[in-house]
Amino acid sequence: MNLSLTSMLQLSILLPLVATLLIATTGSKPNLREFVSIGTSLVLLYFVSKLYQGLEHGESISVLVWQWLPGLQLSFGIEPMGMIFALVASVLWPITTLYSIGYMRKHEEHNQTRFYACFAIAMGSVMGIAFADNLFTLFVFYEILTLSTYPLVTHSGTEEAKQAGRLYLGVLLGTSIVFFLFAIISTWFVAGTLDFKVGGIFQPDVNKTLAGTILVLFILGIGKAAIMPFHRWLPAAMVAPTPVSALLHAVAVVKAGVFTVLKVCVFIFGLDLLSVLPSTQFLLYLAGASVLLASFIAMRQDNLKARLAYSTISQLGYVTIGALLATPSSIVGSSMHIAMHAFGKITLFFCAGAILITAHKSKISEMRGLGLQMPITMSAFFIASLCIIGLPPAGGTWSKWYLLMGTVESGQWALMTALGISSLLNIAYLLPIPVRAFFPMTSSSKPSYKVPDDTRSFSDLQVKEAPLFSLLALSITALGCVILFIYPLPLYELSTAILELSGVSHEK
Amino acid sequence: MLTHLVILQVIVPLLAAPLCLFLTSSRLSWFFALISSLITCVISILLLQQVMTVGTIVYELGDWNAPWGIEYRIDKLSAYLLIIISSISTVVLLAAQTSIEEEIPQDRHNVFYVLYLLSLAGMLGIVATGDVFNVFVFLEITSLSAYSLIALGRDRRALWASYQYLIMGTIGATFILIGIGLMYQMTGTLNMNDLSVRLREVDQTRTIFVAFSFIFVGICLKLALFPLHFWLPNAYAYAPSIVTAFFAATSTKVAIYLLIRFTFSVFGLSYSFTALPLQTLLLVLGLLGIFVASIAAIYQQNVKHLFAYSSIAQIGYMVVGISMNTTMGLMATLLHLFNHALMKGALFLALAALIYQTGSVRLSDFQGLGRQMPLTMAAIVLGGLSLIGVPLTVGFVSKWYLVLAAIEVGWWPVAVLMLVASLLAIIYVWRIVEIAYFSPPANGMAQGREIAKEAPLAFLIPVWLLVSSNIYFGIDTRLSVQVAQAASQSLIGLSP
Repeated sequence: MNLSLTSMLQLSILLPLVATLLIATTGSKPNLREFVSIGTSLVLLYFVSKLYQGLEHGESISVLVWQWLPGLQLSFGIEPMGMIFALVASVLWPITTLYSIGYMRKHEEHNQTRFYACFAIAMGSVMGIAFADNLFTLFVFYEILTLSTYPLVTHSGTEEAKQAGRLYLGVLLGTSIVFFLFAIISTWFVAGTLDFKVGGIFQPDVNKTLAGTILVLFILGIGKAAIMPFHRWLPAAMVAPTPVSALLHAVAVVKAGVFTVLKVCVFIFGLDLLSVLPSTQFLLYLAGASVLLASFIAMRQDNLKARLAYSTISQLGYVTIGALLATPSSIVGSSMHIAMHAFGKITLFFCAGAILITAHKSKISEMRGLGLQMPITMSAFFIASLCIIGLPPAGGTWSKWYLLMGTVESGQWALMTALGISSLLNIAYLLPIPVRAFFPMTSSSKPSYKVPDDTRSFSDLQVKEAPLFSLLALSITALGCVILFIYPLPLYELSTAILELSGVSHEK
Repeated sequence: MLTHLVILQVIVPLLAAPLCLFLTSSRLSWFFALISSLITCVISILLLQQVMTVGTIVYELGDWNAPWGIEYRIDKLSAYLLIIISSISTVVLLAAQTSIEEEIPQDRHNVFYVLYLLSLAGMLGIVATGDVFNVFVFLEITSLSAYSLIALGRDRRALWASYQYLIMGTIGATFILIGIGLMYQMTGTLNMNDLSVRLREVDQTRTIFVAFSFIFVGICLKLALFPLHFWLPNAYAYAPSIVTAFFAATSTKVAIYLLIRFTFSVFGLSYSFTALPLQTLLLVLGLLGIFVASIAAIYQQNVKHLFAYSSIAQIGYMVVGISMNTTMGLMATLLHLFNHALMKGALFLALAALIYQTGSVRLSDFQGLGRQMPLTMAAIVLGGLSLIGVPLTVGFVSKWYLVLAAIEVGWWPVAVLMLVASLLAIIYVWRIVEIAYFSPPANGMAQGREIAKEAPLAFLIPVWLLVSSNIYFGIDTRLSVQVAQAASQSLIGLSP
């Protein structure tokens, strides 16, 4: 195909949306429908990788789609940070589709066509967010993402799903309209532009109190970043089918949130301004509190998906902290953590889903000895846990390393301690799950009245893994965690490229 | 011919109305009304083009010079409203025949079209004329036909609603007439242009102050500005569905037009905003209206009531925009006027389709409609999203400008309050969504009601025409923003 890079950029956003229509029309033939899903995701991956190559060659790719109001346009462009997000999402989409096919069919879910169609819209808007060239474009796709994932969250249509959907939409739409939109309009009023510019768009002599207030509005308004107290939607969204939780609520939606935070910090405020704003310190503590509290809550969850959800909230706090610290290392750490956490958390969710459809277990207390039955799944779970905690041989090591460096560089000792404690908590709430799964005897030596049958049946257990598609998917992502540890260079280069961009502007 | 477009704008529907009586079949009069409305729509487009290129058009009725004869004056603001009114009327009429077959007895169909065209002619006349007494005449034409149209509703409460509206509307019209009389007494002219000049000389007198107060209150009654809104919910809820769709999209807009016309052009900015504490008054009433009506909307069980309260809230937004007394604020109001017409037109027309199919707009009867009438419900969802102000819909354009205008004058708390109020819109829209999509269909047979099917094309085409213009004008903002900007600039510029 001889497409120019700009048309590829446009297509990477349009393609999933076109796919939505195709999925809707091929709804009666499930195999064809799934073929469309997978095909689209692969073509998208091809486009994004081409764009990545273009970026590496130093080409500047941007396209103006539509002038909405004078000075405000829907326009897209490519810069390293967006590339990371786009790459992560487009790599994980085909894998998730693979997983969904196994999961949805085994689970005999209804309305699968709606499921795949909404999924495609969501991915299209993720691409829109990743490649947005200004805050207005980003906001448009941010809202589309919220609305297109609502039917996915409420997929089951039960009363519980309805309640969760209410919370989901209420928090995400509410914060985005009251705080985020307000912050955007204020920025437009104060700075006169919404374009993402290296080094920020505010004048250096901007009123610090005003800019600080706008920053608070941004951080609170980007509800998808799940900073406490606006985090409740994420655990609520766990009523969704597992593939949705996996791709959307571990990768696409939440990462769209922290990605937006990063974008705002680096390209709207700029690192220099950010470090002198009066409200930054307060927001850092808020994010730090979010990290610690979410970790504590995660420890108390017995439902695996709920535990993973709170773990996500805590890990999102890391990225926000990194963005707000505004030091070179912390920005590198944050942008790398977007990718690392994505691979780790999606694997964990895949495993949770695999356990649910194969062993029909969703409670952690019931998962003792499961490792003997599902060895591959639980091994993947183990590796992914390491990735989240930040231990070798998994990719999370690097991002957490740089984030800690960032706290040291800026002398934020309290935050450094918070991150350290949180990592210990990660170990405490994640590792016992695979350990007990593989070594049930050691833990069942304690009296465990709730599951008396378990000890009896261990010998009868046979290996019974999840459907092949799902198993394949979770193995690939677990492998991804390891590869990102061994070969993090491309990711690192992209992350530092963000800084090089801003480095250039500082010299000016 | 082109020079007479101004008068044709009003005359076509005015003459078409009685002709409908002579047509034998109701289908024929529908077609005739549709064609006349279409012609007015075309005329209004031509007029807008002309106004945007050559400026204000002045037309002297019967070639009598201005102070003696009646003058028609089309400036950017009037042309903008003429387009809104005539195009909404045409789109709504597309569905009219199908809808009234269910809702209005066969022998009254002709009357329906007569009244419909009369009220259309009245609204167009109010906007087109440059003579304050003529405004009153057309206001009465619109109102009288509106009372009768509402009374045609098949629910018996329609009579009571119509009566309520009649009382309130008449008080409003009388107040306006008193105001006009006092102005005439002081200045000896009824021509708006002359008035704006001559009122300067006498604007310190108490008579003019009283005149302004009477006119202001009278318009607010017509406008259904909180707390003078009590007639509106019932009138909208019990009127025939087509009438609701037409009025919700146009009649309050005409009242807003009058408010702008009188405060900005006739009395002049500097007088209006100093004689009465207009800024505080409009701001406080507007904000109160937004919140009280939005909260009331949340508790409604009848969806027509729900959207009627939402309309009152939206009027609040427009009034807040006016209260800012800046070009940006006025522009936001004018944009919202246009956008709200599109939203409410789409929503009420979709409700008309629901009534046609299910015979009810009670919220509890929405169960399962998401599956049974997917296209109609999708239209309601999209219209609702536009009401909330989601990006890429017209609602977002209004919200953007309203908030920006509030920030511009330094009213940060007002900006926040307007955004918070859209959360209330999320709540009342989502109540409908949840019931339509999450509750299983009610056992229709048990209630003697057939299982609902998708609405016929006669509804779907106009509904989706309006829904897609909600999205189209949310993306392509050139037309609405350009005209609204030009209109507000010339209005603010007019006043010293």
